[in-house]
Amino acid sequence: MKKLVISIVLLNLLAACASQKPKEMAAAPAPVPAPVAAVVTAPAMAAPTAMDPLNDPKSILAGRSVYYPFDISAVQDADKPLVQAHAKYLSENAARKVRLEGNCDERGSNEYNLGLGQRRADGVEKLLELGGAQASQLTTVSYGEEKPRATGHDEAAWSQNRRTDLNYAQ
Amino acid sequence: MILMLAQASVTNAALDIEIIGAGEHQIPVSLVPMGGDLQLGQQINEVISSDLQRTGLFRMVDTTGKSPHETAEVNYADWQVRGAVALAIGAVSKQPNGRIEARFHLLDVIKKTELAGQAVSGGDAQLRAVGHRIADLIYEKLTGDKGVFSTRIAYVNRQTKLFSLIVADSDGYNEQIVLKSKEPIMSPSWSPDGSHLAYVSFETGHAAVVVQSLFTNARRVVANFRGSNSAPAWSSDGKQLAVVLTRDGSSQIYLMSPEGNGIHRITFSGAIDTEPSFSPDGKSILFTSDRGGSPQIYQIPVEGGAAQRLTFAAGNCFSPRYSPDGKSYTFAHLTGGRFYIAVQDFQTGQMQTLTEGGWEKKPSFAPNSKIILFASEARGRGILATVSSDGRVQQHMFTKNGDAREPVWGPQP
Repeated sequence: MKKLVISIVLLNLLAACASQKPKEMAAAPAPVPAPVAAVVTAPAMAAPTAMDPLNDPKSILAGRSVYYPFDISAVQDADKPLVQAHAKYLSENAARKVRLEGNCDERGSNEYNLGLGQRRADGVEKLLELGGAQASQLTTVSYGEEKPRATGHDEAAWSQNRRTDLNYAQ
Repeated sequence: MILMLAQASVTNAALDIEIIGAGEHQIPVSLVPMGGDLQLGQQINEVISSDLQRTGLFRMVDTTGKSPHETAEVNYADWQVRGAVALAIGAVSKQPNGRIEARFHLLDVIKKTELAGQAVSGGDAQLRAVGHRIADLIYEKLTGDKGVFSTRIAYVNRQTKLFSLIVADSDGYNEQIVLKSKEPIMSPSWSPDGSHLAYVSFETGHAAVVVQSLFTNARRVVANFRGSNSAPAWSSDGKQLAVVLTRDGSSQIYLMSPEGNGIHRITFSGAIDTEPSFSPDGKSILFTSDRGGSPQIYQIPVEGGAAQRLTFAAGNCFSPRYSPDGKSYTFAHLTGGRFYIAVQDFQTGQMQTLTEGGWEKKPSFAPNSKIILFASEARGRGILATVSSDGRVQQHMFTKNGDAREPVWGPQP
């Protein structure tokens, strides 16, 4: 048995520190500006017009999500025409920028899913570049399992959440 | 605000109790409701009792009908009959200046001797801290291990579109909000001295690693490269931060200073390598990787090199965390559609599942390696839960609102 050898004075001080009331959250200056922040505001000339096929609900470009099987990050054959159409559109509309947002279902750790979501977004980015989009038009982000579209511990919800969204800057 | 302890007396007596395999033999303890201010006494007793029972190492022996508050009032035979081997008695009072003062004695019922006698006092808002301190002293005296009841935990609370980073006492009470954000917060990690939290914030639009002081609340973005920056973990000497970056492709592990300097890469798999955890001796790192085709646990020297795969069970393994004594690690095991909290012993390689399974994630050890904190789910909400490291006792902690996620046990203060 270990003997109770403690420094009472030290304990006093430590306990005092540990039990300090919370200070108000300091109005911290904005952290290092994010590179992605710039992407959110598109140049005014990119404002959509009636002619923009991106806004045609009948166009293949109306599809903005790519879906995946569990723990897979490669774009599936069924979604390749969609990605290729977006690549073509981006190559013809150099002012357009798109943010690729990777998401996952909840069957993994949050951190693993952050990595998986990033790999999904990066996979779409590669296909878009292969199809003619410029790297400068593309940004990727992963939300992992943090922003589920559907909630529930079932395949109906999970299948909705395993996806990459193509989020065009307006 | 100062929590004061005055040592009244300490004897050299120790209980003749051998704990063979934690939890196999629970120590029968009688905790007499404190005298003096009975209401305060009851509240403190509840804190102590709840602390001790959560470990799975103690059994509370009924005290009905007997209420000694001073050593001289104790008839040891009363307690021997009831099967108690240790008896805690005392009294609490509120001083004219508002301070709470508790005097307590821990007695060896078999040897009829005093094991510890202490006066513990604190401000009127520190009632629970007083209880935790007494529980720590009882725990240390009876088990020989350091108590962890005065430690803190951190976790993320999610309410619809609002995320809060919370620091609380180890039992979930005394919540303090460290950060509120409309964007996700993930993976809080304590500096070994408890002064800082590193975590992942999406405030910049994507995952970036932030280090925040818990004293000044000053914040610093320490990793903000393209893609995702995440999974911060401190080395036990506090001099290095392991992080996961996607700046060179897929998620890989890098080391840097806690200020974000001297970044260098230590894994080169091209797979997802994430969730690093430093060994207590600082020599190796555990992590999750899908380099073998599915997520499993691997170990690598801290300077990099060949990684060794540690888990081969069916299903997937995530979120490895060393025990502070370095003898084992805990992780989340996904198999048959359920997550389980498990441990693996380094020496024997034996894996033990500790929980019944469900939506159980993100385990971390208490500083004394005896309890594991993890995220679970009950009544449709994310909650905090603990399990004793032998799997014998579990406890659920409900937060008032929202989902509790990403818990992590803090260091010894």
